[in-house]
This record gives sequence, structure tokens and C-alpha cells, in this order.
Amino acid sequence: MNEIVIMIIGIAAYLILAPVIGILVSGYDRVVTARMQGRVGPPFLQPLYDIIKLFNKEATIVNKVQTALVVAFLIFQVFTGCIFFSGSDILLVFFALTLADVLLILTACSTNSPYSSMGAQRELLSIMAYEPMTLLTAIGFYMVAHSFNVKDIICTDTPAIIKLPGIFIGYVFILVIKLRKSPFDLSTSHHAHQEMVKGLTQDISGNVLGVFELAELYASVLNMAVVGLFFITNKPISILWALIAINVVYFVILLIDNIFPRVKWDVMLWSSWIVTFTLGGANLFLLDVLKS
Amino acid sequence: MKISRSPWLLHYDASSCNGCDIEVLAATTPLYDVERFGIINTGNPKHADILVITGGVNAQSANVVKQIYSQMPDPKVVIAAGICACDGGIFKDCYNISGGTDTVIPVDIYVPGCAVRPEALIDGVIKAVALLDQKRKEAVEHASCQVDFSKRPAK
Ligand code: SF4
Repeated sequence: MNEIVIMIIGIAAYLILAPVIGILVSGYDRVVTARMQGRVGPPFLQPLYDIIKLFNKEATIVNKVQTALVVAFLIFQVFTGCIFFSGSDILLVFFALTLADVLLILTACSTNSPYSSMGAQRELLSIMAYEPMTLLTAIGFYMVAHSFNVKDIICTDTPAIIKLPGIFIGYVFILVIKLRKSPFDLSTSHHAHQEMVKGLTQDISGNVLGVFELAELYASVLNMAVVGLFFITNKPISILWALIAINVVYFVILLIDNIFPRVKWDVMLWSSWIVTFTLGGANLFLLDVLKS
Repeated sequence: MKISRSPWLLHYDASSCNGCDIEVLAATTPLYDVERFGIINTGNPKHADILVITGGVNAQSANVVKQIYSQMPDPKVVIAAGICACDGGIFKDCYNISGGTDTVIPVDIYVPGCAVRPEALIDGVIKAVALLDQKRKEAVEHASCQVDFSKRPAK
């Protein structure tokens, strides 16, 4: 009984708080980015204004399935977060996230714009680049906590990071791809003027783009929460460590975003696979050897 | 909440001498930093609220300007930046210049200058966002679609 109540609280908190936190994080992102470039930057709540504006705009719908696919993308994104914050299977979380991304790719493929389909192809390559690492992350958590369930992972005595430093670095690496930050913002970019305009979101406009942005907020909160999972133990103080870690990781990603230029897809692919198999693979191997 | 807090710009060079283009880009640099007002320079007409046209629109770019304009979702505002975009400027009498942006699409704000100063341009953009709010309000009040179908190219 008690467990179900906690589950429902987790889901409700995620549904309500994730957009709020997402907006704050994204506002922080834009202000810090501007300061790094020596600019004043937008108001802190700019992402909120953007979303409100988008919901007030007319959408140019290019075909029948586009809107349905974008809404399905939002639903899957939120559904995935609900699985995570209700303490369920982390493997399922990663698979459902991929499914959400596939829906986004279908959206982009459904339009006739060449920029859109280029963005979709690059997004497929991004999935190829980050998916092995997410699997290793799930396996790593299993080896530490002997369970794929988030509620068991957060009940261990020692934080997972102690046993999984390689996996952690690998996860942060692919997080750059997942959050679409430079140098891996190939499919669509937050920065102005990519070589293929807006890529993936080229043909999504007006309030449909608003739905997409909302889904991205949910996604960013979920992705950062997985970073926190490396630090949370059964002691309440560990939540503080997790929050500090999330902040540090986000700042590092912002720094990388501002320092590195965009790379080509092949560089993304081999670099992320090298990181996955050296850091992630070695970490799992050592864990296995030390255990036996 | 007003939509004017987040205007996204689309800049198109319709046969400008590049003087105005450089000033438009200068407005996004740290010195002028238009992102202070939430303005983002997007390359995608479907995301844009404000269309900034530089240059006097020649025979080749006229169709592109019309295309871009019709791709932008409502409410939208057009700014003619630089005297060439306003009425053709020094190129007015050239055989290929149609003489200002308003010969092809409706223009809301004229920002003169050769080249247009970034300060003047930011001023124009601030005027444009006020107009955006007004257009949005009108659209809600009349509960009607603002797309002018007479301007759509015939099938
Ligand atoms: S107004 Fe002057 S600077 Fe601008 S495009 Fe015309 S000639 Fe060039």
C-alpha cells in the first residue's frame, strides 16, 4: 500500500515539477551561455516566454500524421519519466526513451523537407552512438544493486559512482549527444544557423513546436535525474550530493557546448563507441573480476 | 502573457550590398546582444515571427521573398531594414530592382539608413514586437485566420 502511494507521489511530482525545473534549467543554460560569450543574455524565464509564444502561434501543418506523431512523442517522453520516478525498471526507461526518439524521427521523415529528413538521418546516427552506452549504464546499475528497479538502486549503502566511475563518465559523454549540445548537436541545434537550418524540427511549427519543446523539457529533467541516480543511496544527505553532481555535470556540458565546434557524424560515432567500450566495458569487466 | 517577449527573427538578403547584412549580424554580437529581448536569429521561416529583409528585392529574389513570407505562421511582422529594402535606395532605378520590399510583400516597419545602424534596427524590432501583440489580439478578437488566401500562388 505504502509503496503504491510513494509511486503515485513520484509520478505526480514528475508530471508537475518537471516542466518547471526544465524551464529553470534551460533559462540557466541560456544565461550562462550568454555570459560565457560576453553577452548579457536573455531574461532567466525566457524559455517560458518562448513556450507561451509558441502555443499562441498558428501551426503550419504539412501532413496528417505530423501532429499526432509529435503528441505521441510527448506522451512517450512523459510516460518514460513516470516509469523512472515511480521507481520501476531502468531498462524499460531507456528502451521507451528510444521509442520516443523514433517517433520524433518518424515526424521528421513524414515531411517532404530535405532538411528535415537529413536531420532525421543524423538523429538515427545519434541513437546509434548513444544507445550502447545507455545499455551498459543499465547493466552497471544491475551489477551494483542486483536489480534493474530504480527503487532498489537508490536503496544501496554506497553510491553507484564508487563502483561505476567509468560508466558515469561514459554516460556524461552521451548526455552531450542526448541533450543535443555542441559538438554533437548534429540533428538540430540550439544555436543559430546550422548548415541544414533547423534539421529535425524544420517542419514543426507554431503550437506543435510548443508540444515538442515541452517534451524536451521532460526529457532533459529525466536525463539529468539519471545522473543523480549515480549518487543517491539510502541516506537522505545523498540527495544533496546528487543535486550538486547534477549541477556540476550540467555546467561542464555547457562549457563543452561553448568550447567545441560541431563535429561530423563519423567522429561522433567512433568517439562515443570508443568511450563506451573502453570506459564502460572496462568498468564492467573490472567489477566482474573484483567480485569473483 | 504577451507573445512579444520571444520574437524569433528570420533574416533574408534580397540583393543587399551586404552592408545591411553585416549590421543585422552585428546586432547579435556581444556589443548589441539582441538576445537580451529574447530575440533569436533563426534560419527557419516556419519558426520565425519577424522577417527582416535587407536589399531592394530583384527579379530573382522576389519569388523567394514571397515564398518565405507565405511559409511563416501567423501572427508575423515584416521589417524592411536599410533604405534599399525600404524603397530601393541607390539601386532604385536599376533595371532588375523592383524597388523596395513592399512591392512584393506587405511591410509593417521601415527602418531606414545606409547601412542601417544596429541601434535603429533594434528600435525597429521593438516596434515590431508591439505590432505582433496587436496582431495576435486582433486574431483572437475576430476569431479568424489571418492568412490572406488571395496572396497564395494559384495551383
Ligand atoms: S541600404 Fe546601403 S548598406 Fe544597406 S543594402 Fe542598401 S546600399 Fe547596402
